[in-house]
Amino acid sequence: MAVNLKINNIDITVPEGTTVLEAARSINIDIPTLCYLKDVNEIGSCRMCVVEIKGQRALQAACVYPVSEGMEVLTNTKTVRDTRKINLELILSNHERKCLTCIRNQDCELQKLSTDLGVLDIRFDGENSHYEVDMLSSSIVRNPNKCILCRRCISVCKNIQTVSVIDANERGFNTIIGSAFNMPLVDTPCTNCGQCIVVCPVGALHEKDDTDKIWELLADNKKHVLVQTAPAVRVALGEEFGMPIGTRVTGKMVTALKLMGFDGVFDTDTAADFTIMEEGTEFLNRLKSGKNLPLITSCSPGWVKFCEHNFPDFLDNLSTAKSPHQMFGAIMKSYYAEKKGIDPADIAVISVMPCTAKKFESKREELAATGHPDVDAVITTRELGRMIKQAGIDFTKVEDSEFDAPFGEASGAGVIFGATGGVMEAALRTVADILTGEDLQHIDYTAVRGLDGIKEATVEIAGTKVHVAVASGLGNARKLLEKVRSGEQQYHFIEIMGCPGGCITGGGQPIVDAKTMMDIDVKAARAAAIYAEDKSMTYRKSHENPIVKKLYKEYFGKPCGHLSHNLLHTHYVKRENY
Amino acid sequence: MEREVITMKLARSHVLVCGGTGCTSSGSEKLLPEFDIQLEKAGIKNEVSVVKTGCFGLCALGPIVIVYPEGAFYSMVKIEDVKTIVTEHLLKGRIVKELLYDDSIDGAAIKPLKDVDFYKKQLRIALKNCGVIDPEEIDEYIAFDGYKALGRVLTEMEPKQVIDIIKQSKLRGRGGAGFPTAIKWEFAANQPEGKKYVCCNADEGDPGAFMDRSVLEGDPHSVIEAMAIAAYAIGSDEGYIYIRAEYPIAVRRLNIAIEQAKKYGLLGKNIFGTDFSFDLSLRLGAGAFVCGEETALITSIEGKRGEPRPRPPFPAVEGLWGKPTILNNVETYANIPQIILNGAEWFLGIGTEKSKGTKVFALGGKINNTGLVEVPMGTTLREIVEEIGGGIPNGKKFKAAQTGGPSGGCIPTELIDTPIDYDSLIEIGAMMGSGGLIVMDEDSCMVDIAKFFLKFTVDESCGKCVPCRIGTKRMLEILEKITSGKGTVEDIENLKKLAGSVKSSSLCGLGQTAPNPVLSTLKYFEDEYMAHVIEKRCPAGVCKDLLRYIIDKEKCKGCGICAKHCPVTAISGELKKPYEIDQQMCIKCGVCEIKCPFKAISRK
Repeated sequence: MAVNLKINNIDITVPEGTTVLEAARSINIDIPTLCYLKDVNEIGSCRMCVVEIKGQRALQAACVYPVSEGMEVLTNTKTVRDTRKINLELILSNHERKCLTCIRNQDCELQKLSTDLGVLDIRFDGENSHYEVDMLSSSIVRNPNKCILCRRCISVCKNIQTVSVIDANERGFNTIIGSAFNMPLVDTPCTNCGQCIVVCPVGALHEKDDTDKIWELLADNKKHVLVQTAPAVRVALGEEFGMPIGTRVTGKMVTALKLMGFDGVFDTDTAADFTIMEEGTEFLNRLKSGKNLPLITSCSPGWVKFCEHNFPDFLDNLSTAKSPHQMFGAIMKSYYAEKKGIDPADIAVISVMPCTAKKFESKREELAATGHPDVDAVITTRELGRMIKQAGIDFTKVEDSEFDAPFGEASGAGVIFGATGGVMEAALRTVADILTGEDLQHIDYTAVRGLDGIKEATVEIAGTKVHVAVASGLGNARKLLEKVRSGEQQYHFIEIMGCPGGCITGGGQPIVDAKTMMDIDVKAARAAAIYAEDKSMTYRKSHENPIVKKLYKEYFGKPCGHLSHNLLHTHYVKRENY
Repeated sequence: MEREVITMKLARSHVLVCGGTGCTSSGSEKLLPEFDIQLEKAGIKNEVSVVKTGCFGLCALGPIVIVYPEGAFYSMVKIEDVKTIVTEHLLKGRIVKELLYDDSIDGAAIKPLKDVDFYKKQLRIALKNCGVIDPEEIDEYIAFDGYKALGRVLTEMEPKQVIDIIKQSKLRGRGGAGFPTAIKWEFAANQPEGKKYVCCNADEGDPGAFMDRSVLEGDPHSVIEAMAIAAYAIGSDEGYIYIRAEYPIAVRRLNIAIEQAKKYGLLGKNIFGTDFSFDLSLRLGAGAFVCGEETALITSIEGKRGEPRPRPPFPAVEGLWGKPTILNNVETYANIPQIILNGAEWFLGIGTEKSKGTKVFALGGKINNTGLVEVPMGTTLREIVEEIGGGIPNGKKFKAAQTGGPSGGCIPTELIDTPIDYDSLIEIGAMMGSGGLIVMDEDSCMVDIAKFFLKFTVDESCGKCVPCRIGTKRMLEILEKITSGKGTVEDIENLKKLAGSVKSSSLCGLGQTAPNPVLSTLKYFEDEYMAHVIEKRCPAGVCKDLLRYIIDKEKCKGCGICAKHCPVTAISGELKKPYEIDQQMCIKCGVCEIKCPFKAISRK
């Protein structure tokens, strides 16, 4: 049903259920927001978006106020402007204002608001809160002194991810966002997914910065430093340099990495092809034996830790195949080291990932197949952006270049790992060819594409009906697995990604501000870029990748064989929640 | 259903012992067994009935015992007085005059209670049964027409008719905001059929307010009956009473009352043999003030951190567990059965044009008769303070009264003739609130009072929204600056701006009303603020940092007593010569002023 209202005396008709904020934005009236984040946090707590509504005694928060017939809204009166400014000054009065040395300097919603609203002085300064910074997690740093209590992180952690390791503690002026008993994140069932970071409007949450470590390795002449980049990085890195969301910058990224001085710039997509070979074979084996079905993917480390905490009864269902970048590290420190005649101890493998949980994953003791950690350091897309800037590389202007051989050759199947449903589709492309013994031409499994949180499909391959499901976001994973656990649903194969939308919107990806989130579907834009990249590839199936063929022939023998078991597979542990 | 045979004892005398929290804490519980012992000794146990009742209202004079049929009003009864009352009054028929409340005697005769000043102007509707019946005995409630209204509603009326009567009565919510009760019910009734909830807000949190507690302690069934009526009106079958755990007596009596009502078939399935079923249970609050706010209360019942959420959606549409929910205050409910029984016209005859019925107030502060009063809407503040309250102690002058607790405002002397109703109070910058009424005399510093109430809201802010979480804190900091003598005129300007912003932009009622004590004192007592800021002086002599104790050289005899008692040796001098106070060292404790035999030391 349509609703007619007036905003600043402009007549407007919007659908029922629209908020005043959305209605105003639709006619290009800007209302400042801070705690609001579309579909994530709609709680009306920061009071920056207050407006006058005729007939209402107090000002109302536009972000949560639904429109109604005949409503008259004023967004730009003196009272409204004065009140917003006072509320902003209040927030600033209890905020650690060390902007110049803040990781979010010039990329901070609070800073921008302060400029937009013309705050040149803080009239209401007073007592400030002082808390310890939690730096113990290998993925996430929490600085409560910069926290403005917008609670976006709580909403995403509790409502969307259903991890619920942070919430508001204490009350009133002493309110602090923290875990139970304010214990460090590392002691909680935090999955390190980093979704809290990407929703944080300020510098209160950020990734554990590992860039210095990389610069040190690059400066060390004894070290042979290799870098690999995950598929989702190339469709988002451009945003760090002001390029539109969904821009593919694969070639520029490779050039920049080469300019930074890496000894080899490789593609994690190649490793993803190995994952498909191993996981696909594992699936075929399980399908045949009927054991440990459904097979559940294990390339998302946020999901794996979530499973270890919350669904330990499914640990045998997890694919034992390592996640692609870990496989890649293991190959570098075995096959590559042998070929090149380099001591694996002198090789450093760096992963550029859209993910903060990969930092934690790379430190898992079991992921050191050669006696050395498979991966030495993980940096996020954001950290790579910062390093490129520090290196003085004019990113938008550099020419494209190709990944280094031989681990630059990848298939489109490896690329689509970056989007939800991608691993499933990649696996189906290979499994179908193996089961039918044909080179199938119809390879776009669109039923598992798209941005729905849970997707289900039944795929008929060589007369076998394969029931598959895809979930992205841990809340959806929980929903799906509870159905499996109760026996309500049965599947053969399940893909789970820890972050809603998959790796393209991972916790290590460029941060998109709340206002842009209202206008652009970030997931869709980045996913479109991923599928365009897939289409552009010479090879579309993992088993067609020449390097994959070569390695199985020369080195591993066959997927799920003895050597690959040692190098490319892992195991999981049940973890207590507290 | 099988029921116990009801037997009501006939007795020649009734001894009513107040069992409210006030009298309980001054020892009334101990009087009951003592009456048993003494009556037994006197051999008249079968002739006299001793009843533990709810609150009589005059809490400052507790424990209170009233003996009928004479209506002898004994106050401050000690355990050793029981024997005297039994042997003298109950056995020999001689009223113990020295134990009677002063104002209840008229020469040689005992005044009927309704003629005692404290009760003269009161009209008890919500408190009708308080101090009259034994709240732990459902039969006594029934004997006073209890559950008659529910019976009538269920057997003779359609739900809509119930809402109509309440609508005609113009009953407004007694919890503070004064929203028309029937409108709330109507919203909920108009929601599609399905699960709906009826809740009672018994999370009375204003400092010094105990109206709801007294109703629940003295007449719990009236609330239960009203909730069942409300449930019938909106189509609900389940209710919750959200009550503070700090009200143990009320909790106990409610539990007893609910059990008894269930036993009698007045709660549960097929009440009065109709299709209507209603179940009721208690939820105990942990004492967070914000949980008195309706959405926070509902969130707390759901087992979550008690924090408000934006409205709309209103609870009547989307409340407890997302279902349509009505939430009314205890006192509001206590009015419902009376309105049903006596009709809307009767209720309309009481009160002012827009505020009908009565309001219960908890009188406190600098007033002689501290306690609970129920007066018709429109009674003036002067009548409450001077007549019912018995005026200000020690001959001091009335300065202001604070209604509505930390959400309300100060009413100054010049407005003492304001009729107390919802709209008049809002107009003068105060508010009805739930009914706390704190009286201040000339010794109260209004800046200090504002600081006191603000400190309360700062402590009680849930921390969700910015204006309340940080704004009230900054306001408090400004007030602290002013009372410590460091304030500037600019601070007062900033305080006004900030107060206005917190009031207009906070998320819930707590924040929106938190600045009221500041705004109303600024409105009526700005000169006092200015004295603190410009002259660095606290006119009432309360703000320690602005005080100076000075020895009058003319009056000082040089006895040295002050110096001897000064805890920080700030006073020095030679015997028989005027002493002096070192202002740097003085901690303004005031001991010297009290100890000086010649009244030579004064505060400036």
